Amino acid sequence: MTSDRVELNFFLNGQRYKMALDPMVRLSETLRDTFGYTGVKVGCDAGDCGACTILLDGRQVCACLVPTARINDALVVTAEGMANNGFLSRVQNAFLRHGAVQCGACIPGMLAAATDIAASQHEPTNEAVMHGLGGVLCRCTGYQNIVQAVLDAGRDPCPIEIPEGHAIGASLPRTDALDKLTGVANFGADAMPENTLWLRAVRSPHAAARFTIGNMDTLYEDHPGLHRVLTADDVPGNKCYGIYPDLKDQPVFALDQIRYPGEAVMALVGERDALAGISDSDLPITYEPLDPIKGMAAAKADGARQLHADRPGNLLIEAALRKSDGDFREATFTATGRWTTGFVEHAYIEPEAGFARRVGDRLEIFVTTQTPYMDRDEVALIMGLAPEQIRIIPAVCGGGFGGKLDQSVQPMLAVAAWNLDRPVACVYSRPESMAASTKRHPAEIDARFGCDSEGRLQAMEMTADFDTGAYASWGPTVAGRVPVHGSGPYHLPNAHIQARAYYSNNPPSGAFRGFGVPQIALAHEALMDDLAEQIGMDPLEFRHKNALRAGDHTATGQLLVASAGLDQCLEALRPHWGAALASVASHNAANTILRRGVGLGCMWYGCGNTGMSNPSIIHVTLSNEGRVTLYNGAVDIGQGSYTIMRQICADGLGLPFEAIEQVTGDTDLTPDAGKTSASRQTYVTGKATELAARDLRQQILRLANADEHAVIAIADGVVRIGETEIALSRLTADEDGVVLRGEGTFDPPATALDENGQGEPYGTYAFAAQMAIVEVDVALGTTKVTHIVAAHDVGKAINPVQVEGQIHGGIAQGLGLALMEEYLPGRTENLHDYLIPTVGDMPEIEVILVEDPDPNGPQGAKGVGEPGLVPTAPAILAAIKSATGVAVHQVPATPARLRAAILKNLDRGRQS
Amino acid sequence: MSSYIRPIDLIDALAALAESDLTVLAGATDYYPAQVGRVANHDILDLSGVEALTGIERHDEHWRIGAMATWRDLVDADLPPCFDGLKQAALQVGGPQIQNTATIAGNLCNASPAADGVPPLLCLDAEVEIQDRAGSRVLPLTEFIQGNRRTALQPDQLVTAILVPTALEQGCTGFMKLGARSSLVISIVMVSGLLRWDDQGRVHRANLSVGACSEVAQRLPALEAELVGRTDLHDVVRPEHFSHLSPLEDHRGTASYRLDAAATMIQRMLEDLSS
Repeated sequence: MTSDRVELNFFLNGQRYKMALDPMVRLSETLRDTFGYTGVKVGCDAGDCGACTILLDGRQVCACLVPTARINDALVVTAEGMANNGFLSRVQNAFLRHGAVQCGACIPGMLAAATDIAASQHEPTNEAVMHGLGGVLCRCTGYQNIVQAVLDAGRDPCPIEIPEGHAIGASLPRTDALDKLTGVANFGADAMPENTLWLRAVRSPHAAARFTIGNMDTLYEDHPGLHRVLTADDVPGNKCYGIYPDLKDQPVFALDQIRYPGEAVMALVGERDALAGISDSDLPITYEPLDPIKGMAAAKADGARQLHADRPGNLLIEAALRKSDGDFREATFTATGRWTTGFVEHAYIEPEAGFARRVGDRLEIFVTTQTPYMDRDEVALIMGLAPEQIRIIPAVCGGGFGGKLDQSVQPMLAVAAWNLDRPVACVYSRPESMAASTKRHPAEIDARFGCDSEGRLQAMEMTADFDTGAYASWGPTVAGRVPVHGSGPYHLPNAHIQARAYYSNNPPSGAFRGFGVPQIALAHEALMDDLAEQIGMDPLEFRHKNALRAGDHTATGQLLVASAGLDQCLEALRPHWGAALASVASHNAANTILRRGVGLGCMWYGCGNTGMSNPSIIHVTLSNEGRVTLYNGAVDIGQGSYTIMRQICADGLGLPFEAIEQVTGDTDLTPDAGKTSASRQTYVTGKATELAARDLRQQILRLANADEHAVIAIADGVVRIGETEIALSRLTADEDGVVLRGEGTFDPPATALDENGQGEPYGTYAFAAQMAIVEVDVALGTTKVTHIVAAHDVGKAINPVQVEGQIHGGIAQGLGLALMEEYLPGRTENLHDYLIPTVGDMPEIEVILVEDPDPNGPQGAKGVGEPGLVPTAPAILAAIKSATGVAVHQVPATPARLRAAILKNLDRGRQS
Repeated sequence: MSSYIRPIDLIDALAALAESDLTVLAGATDYYPAQVGRVANHDILDLSGVEALTGIERHDEHWRIGAMATWRDLVDADLPPCFDGLKQAALQVGGPQIQNTATIAGNLCNASPAADGVPPLLCLDAEVEIQDRAGSRVLPLTEFIQGNRRTALQPDQLVTAILVPTALEQGCTGFMKLGARSSLVISIVMVSGLLRWDDQGRVHRANLSVGACSEVAQRLPALEAELVGRTDLHDVVRPEHFSHLSPLEDHRGTASYRLDAAATMIQRMLEDLSS
């Protein structure tokens, strides 16, 4: 929108302005585009997410809902304007101290909200903080550390102590926290080149259709700012992409048919204003809608239309595990059930964004991503170029959770920038992000578990079917993980598990924190409770008895040699469990409407890819000036790998944390550390970092023939090894000034699974047990989760505050899965119809870290990214059952669904 | 190119509105979300400069809530007990950022079936003051909102204030909102109520309303009438009190769930208000 500019007087971040601005442009856009304050994040443009929250005359407002004209005579403060004379504000400092920052996309908004709270009350109450932060969504932190920071913001800032030589195990502030707190971190949309063209994808409104594209001449004539319309014909190499080399089935631009609502048909490239002036109805696209295949039942039906020529029956993949004969002869007690789950949206606060530019015969792509090397290779195939001709520069990533493991803007930008030889930028709107991107797989799970009269699990079987949507994406990975994890973290002599993924005209289901394991955990955990009840055992003791332990064989036949800490997690929960049972019983004795309940959820999770190689490579260099540089390609998507690797590197070298400089994730500069997924970075890249640091240390020690205990110090271009001092300028340097280079590669020990799903699919497994306490209003069907105690075996917590942050965030997403999150294609493509937890939805969380070291992990560490989420929903459902007697078999357990189940249960009670 | 005006005087605003077709902006919190993915090319009348539309004041016959008063202004204002319910609603509209910018009058003009302000204002027997160049008139809220996103407002008219009779100011009021999460949530059901008692502790006046269960929030006349004269408000709510409602079926809840929840919430609110 443009109108005549109006003259405005205002103060912005401490500076006085008198200037003419477009009055109706959203203030968020003015602050970003006119003033360069890209710390104002745009998450939805609809007031739903609060990422763009700023202070207007000291009060928090969503800058996306404020006409620019309204800053006249006002005071505007963004994250960039909060620090003063080089000092962080009290609120910023408190965020730093409390580990409140993860991906950082919500942080500028959170800071504005927190500053508003702190300005109105010196020592705000918990209630005031909860209300004051209620309008800003965070998808990473579970809010707990942010709330603690705001409560503590009145305290004097104190310097943070970094214990020398003991970086591992210390809760160091994040390496990237300062940039994120001051609004200067460049996310995908924050660093567009000045002369860039823009790209807008044109997406199908139909789930299934044939289409034709007509003549474009009038379109170009009517819109002089439109430079190019790109279609599939413009894609020079592979027309389709996909995660697996043999399953590249998703077109950059639809080829002959539309397979899901939101699929890209073409892209418009041109001046930003010109693109905004073109509406979809101006475009010469003619759709012939087809009857969409809306879910698994339709996909499996006899005679169903086949979505992909090489996939009869719409079956993408099937995978199975068979251990022993899988029979139930020894099972005195059995329990069975069926569970269904829906689509879940990642809802990262930062929508997909980036730009590409052609540099000679190479392409550079700056993009928000979890996986720069896979992006590089995929774009190379799409462009028909060599991988070395593509450079991926990962932006600061505003949340991924698996959703930024697939291609989004990358292929379209590459095609556009290459053809037009101009930088081309693209930012998805929230509805576009939600319509176009992958989702968690909806699941239908049938399962049966049996135990003997002593309560020992004897056999289990499970069939888990997944709606993989229009394209394969990470469907095979889900099908790979599910059989391995279907037994739950328990010892099972007999197991038979089958996983299948079916195509449909739904959005492609892809990777989402847990790859199918959160869905099946609903089944195995509910059945543990059923069996415990049948046999009259306490649910915690039943699990403890059956927990996989070191020395046991898993259902894939893998011997767990060490680091299987579920029993320790359960032991840590035991006192909490006992106390909760007692308090819940005493509450319920006096209450029939507000019923409390307590429940457990356990999980295990293999760290790294399933049954296949997934190495990470790390380099650490020493320069002739004495600079130590870690080349870290493990993209930090908020989970903290840029801090964790520095910590591991510092201790591996025996140098202080601050001495380690870092070059992060850039395919031209850093070696391949694989993708940030599968809870693998701390374990796999962490180990590679440890090896690289030790390698460099050995080389340094050899300079002085020193023993391995010698103390190393580097200052002023001199390395001191014990008593020996060596001037680094005397050593031979390469063209970059590097005198020594340490290298580390780690590929977790894993073997491929055989046709019965037997083998050693992972190098290590994380274990966890969580306990949830809920209060259910049985008359309304609402559930408030009041407490969660989370005991996690993480091997070794490299940075305890960050580990806790991962668990808090996983719990928030698990709570969303259990109670409120369900993506309905075409219906909930925004953040007010699709609900994720707000601060007020979160329970009090207590994290207990169990450290049963893994022999291969760095200092024993294992992954924690996904494990935080997996046990939460099962624990909440168990607590709901404990509160109401109702077993929930479909998530989310929305108020309406839960109330209906409670009424049905009452009816059954009356009839029997 | 679209036009933008931000007058200082109400008379100028009304003149502009009479002359051309303008989109009126109060808090703008409903305007911008409707423009996501669209090209906005409306001619705008921004009311944020009109001082006469701000403020919340007591007059002889009524309280006057200026059309530009925000939810936050309402929460911060020193008001008699009858506004407690409306204040509770104010604190549950969107998040604090929305409360700081969105106006109560805008909530009425937007006329969403789930508008948080409507049930409490219905219980306050609120009226809407409308002006055009010819003058001003007052409509009961029940006549102002005519349907889903439909009001009695003509293109050349502005809402200038919401009026609440001072006769009700000692009434005891409440509000409850049911949503699937704690903030930033669209209501599944809302209820509000106002009770006044005589000196024997009997209900003298009961105004009750339910939102998000029909195109426009509705009062509950049958139940209101039954309550007059009662002292004990336990177990007074029955399904037939809601028979004039016609709730939506959508992903937030089924129609039967909404009615069931509304009954529970009304009963609870009555017990809260009488305790």
